[in-house]
Amino acid sequence: MEAPTKMKEVLTGTTIIACTYDGGVILGADSRTSSGNYVANKVADKITKVCDKVYLCRSGSAAHTQAVAGYANLYLNQHAIELGDKGCSVKAAANIVKEIAYGNKAWMNAGMIIAGWDKKEKGKVFVVPLGGTLMDVPFAVGGSGSIYINAFVDRNWKPNMTKEECKSFVRKAVSLAISRDGSSGGVIRTVTVNEHEQVKEFVTGNEVPVYQDEIQSKGPPQVEFVSV
Amino acid sequence: MIPHCQLPSHIATGPHVSPFVSHNEAGAPYGDHRSEDVHVPANPASVPFAVAPSTDKGEVAMGEPRKHTTTPYVTGNSVLAIKYKDGVLMACDMLGAYGSTKRYKSVQRIIRVNDTTIVGASGEISDFQYISNLLEELMTQDFCYDDGCTMTPSEIHAYLCRVMYNRRNKMDPLWNSLVVAGVDKNGKEGNKSFIGSVGMLGTSYTDSHVATSFGNYLSRPLFREFQRDDMSLEEAVSLMQEALRVLFYRDKTSINKFVLAKVDGEGVAISKPFALDTKWDFKAFMNPSKHAVGSW
Repeated sequence: MEAPTKMKEVLTGTTIIACTYDGGVILGADSRTSSGNYVANKVADKITKVCDKVYLCRSGSAAHTQAVAGYANLYLNQHAIELGDKGCSVKAAANIVKEIAYGNKAWMNAGMIIAGWDKKEKGKVFVVPLGGTLMDVPFAVGGSGSIYINAFVDRNWKPNMTKEECKSFVRKAVSLAISRDGSSGGVIRTVTVNEHEQVKEFVTGNEVPVYQDEIQSKGPPQVEFVSV
Repeated sequence: MIPHCQLPSHIATGPHVSPFVSHNEAGAPYGDHRSEDVHVPANPASVPFAVAPSTDKGEVAMGEPRKHTTTPYVTGNSVLAIKYKDGVLMACDMLGAYGSTKRYKSVQRIIRVNDTTIVGASGEISDFQYISNLLEELMTQDFCYDDGCTMTPSEIHAYLCRVMYNRRNKMDPLWNSLVVAGVDKNGKEGNKSFIGSVGMLGTSYTDSHVATSFGNYLSRPLFREFQRDDMSLEEAVSLMQEALRVLFYRDKTSINKFVLAKVDGEGVAISKPFALDTKWDFKAFMNPSKHAVGSW
């Protein structure tokens, strides 16, 4: 008699992205958390603040990444007290995340992107994939949906974009991934971080652009029967 | 080599069962270890009604179950069906998913079988295409009888039950959950509409509302609450759209592109693909992690 099926682990099967532009960074993510084939949360927030002006995009196991974010938040708050007005650097935040990911690599399933703005280095993006490698990159994509947009971001990212160009690039990338990845969906959340502001926005699910072979939802549907 | 004239095992009448097999303590049959099928006796001459295992390498060895669809590749998700006043309504989305990838977005998972019946399928699309072929052959045969009557939905449902059950008995299932729906003008007790379901294990039943896959968990509660056999078409379409909407929100492998099919006294009609309106601008959705480190 086989054992009853276990509940599937809750994953942020996901699309996450962060990129630098002229003056700051923009982080983007979808909002779907799945448990097996069931969408456990259709409006999740995968962009988490770890300290002032530094954010973490989470992919992989929801539990693992929440724990990492919690610890990073704890250590960076302590660190910020010592720094005073200087403010936390994105590099320090990324290193804390890496220490946790690398030290626990045997039992962790977490791919994260750390991005933010600090006074010394301005806009920065770091990525910590599975295993705990730390990489300093101008832009990064992660999560299960990222495979569908690697070619798109490679082709279309350019340095020193304006804020609006970058925001629409991020939204387009996430919407393309949502279009093909079953584990990504819902709304597109973005966080813009620069010297002056940290702004959280979202594009509602029905405004996310659709591509080939899909239909954009525009209000109540008109069903038209055709005899066959 | 003299060819051994024998039906290949997948066409023959199912597993060749013999009650006269003896085993050693470990459970393995005595004698010829060429065949691993415990049901096949080692020496066919000694047992009545037993068939010799084929030694022709071109055919599937008797011992091994012929493996065909053991894991699904391109799959469809839920199919929903409800009865209403004038007939039946069936709905599904148009996605052929490849694991987690939303790969093909114009897959028609509901087919017209004849003027009184439609069949919808979830599960492996290639197996559904095979079933679609079988049904077309069945209808051609029905036409050739030229006897003035066409097969009714309940007859088509019964046929598909046999097909699915026999395949499962050969350990070679068609990886589908089928929904058969239609209008039987000469139905029993004046009961005109018919909805039946058959799964890959051969389980079948009929009811006023049916759903496959995730629809069982998400849509059927809505049907239990709101479906009535005397609903109007508008009410039925509206209920169906509610059921489809919750599937789009909560089933990972789904897209916002649906098809509705209806069967009534006039015949079969299948709608053009449409998208549903969805609501995302609730205040609580805008910043869920306001009070938490990381909302999952």
